[in-house]
Amino acid sequence: MANHSEHVASAGLYWLIWGVLIICTVLTAVVATVDLGKFNTVVALGIATFKATLVALIFMNVKNTSEKMTKAILISAVAWLLLLLFLSLADYSSRLAG
Amino acid sequence: METPLAVEHEARPELRHHFADEQQQRNAASLGMWWFLGTEIMFFGGMFCGYLVYRRMYFTEFAAASRTLNLPIGAFNTVVLLCSSLTVAMAVRFAQLGKRKMQVRMLLLTLVFGLAFLGIKGKEWGDKYKEHHIPTFNHYNVISGEGALTKEPGNAALLGLDKITDPVKRQQREDEIQRRTKIFYSLYFALTGMHAIHMIIGVGIFIVITWMAHKGRFTPEYHTPLEIAGLYWHFVDIVWIYLFPLLYLIDRRGA
Repeated sequence: MANHSEHVASAGLYWLIWGVLIICTVLTAVVATVDLGKFNTVVALGIATFKATLVALIFMNVKNTSEKMTKAILISAVAWLLLLLFLSLADYSSRLAG
Repeated sequence: METPLAVEHEARPELRHHFADEQQQRNAASLGMWWFLGTEIMFFGGMFCGYLVYRRMYFTEFAAASRTLNLPIGAFNTVVLLCSSLTVAMAVRFAQLGKRKMQVRMLLLTLVFGLAFLGIKGKEWGDKYKEHHIPTFNHYNVISGEGALTKEPGNAALLGLDKITDPVKRQQREDEIQRRTKIFYSLYFALTGMHAIHMIIGVGIFIVITWMAHKGRFTPEYHTPLEIAGLYWHFVDIVWIYLFPLLYLIDRRGA
């Protein structure tokens, strides 16, 4: 029967991901107090994106989902968001510079 | 293998007749939730975009105001939310394994973490009220008194207030800081407030889900409501994962 093909992740994996997420949270709070010049924001957003990716792939089961369209929806939504942010910032930045 | 288009499922009451099998039914439900989350990304995306544009325009004022947010409490609240995501993932797993009691325990823990997050957030908002940092109130004041920005180390230099001696120019700069930080706090309350509304809805959904789990409604074959409610919960978690650095960590160097 097809209905028994659902992927069951191991409890250990969930605990591991949780541990990494907690460490990343502490790390981002500590690193923020260190002067990295312009890279503070890059590091903070990099860690946030890493955490969000882990949550989506493992907790939200994007990695092992049986529905292939999930990835298409996720990728197109994120691409659309980046388009919004990138073009808006490009617009405002160039106007403020001029 | 031939798949019948419509059959009666006396032995499988959860399976609606317009689906070929459980797998298809479950995929359709999860896909619907993902479409909804796609619209949620757009919804929060608009606010994030407004935030980014103003942060770029008034970076020093945003950084100074960001330092008035309680970093240890914000980080702790992030941890609380991550714990709730773990318990949701575990609850789904116990449903897949057919363990009802553990499922209910994990869901009750999720509710505890969710409510704890909201309580801590409420305390932070209360502090902002005491510090006169709520932008719509007449007593809004970041220049003097309880919530003066210059109380935070490094803020006077960051805002350039330490170098201005001329009282007229100082007044002008102070007015400017009042105006610009108001935008930061407006975005702070809009973003965290909208996130909190999502949390409250999530808690409401999970009260129902916990009740259903308690009644033994979820089996290894059928636990779709729990699964898609979990997707929503994790999404709200992801929004906070971005809100935390964007609001609390704008510039904490040397703190």
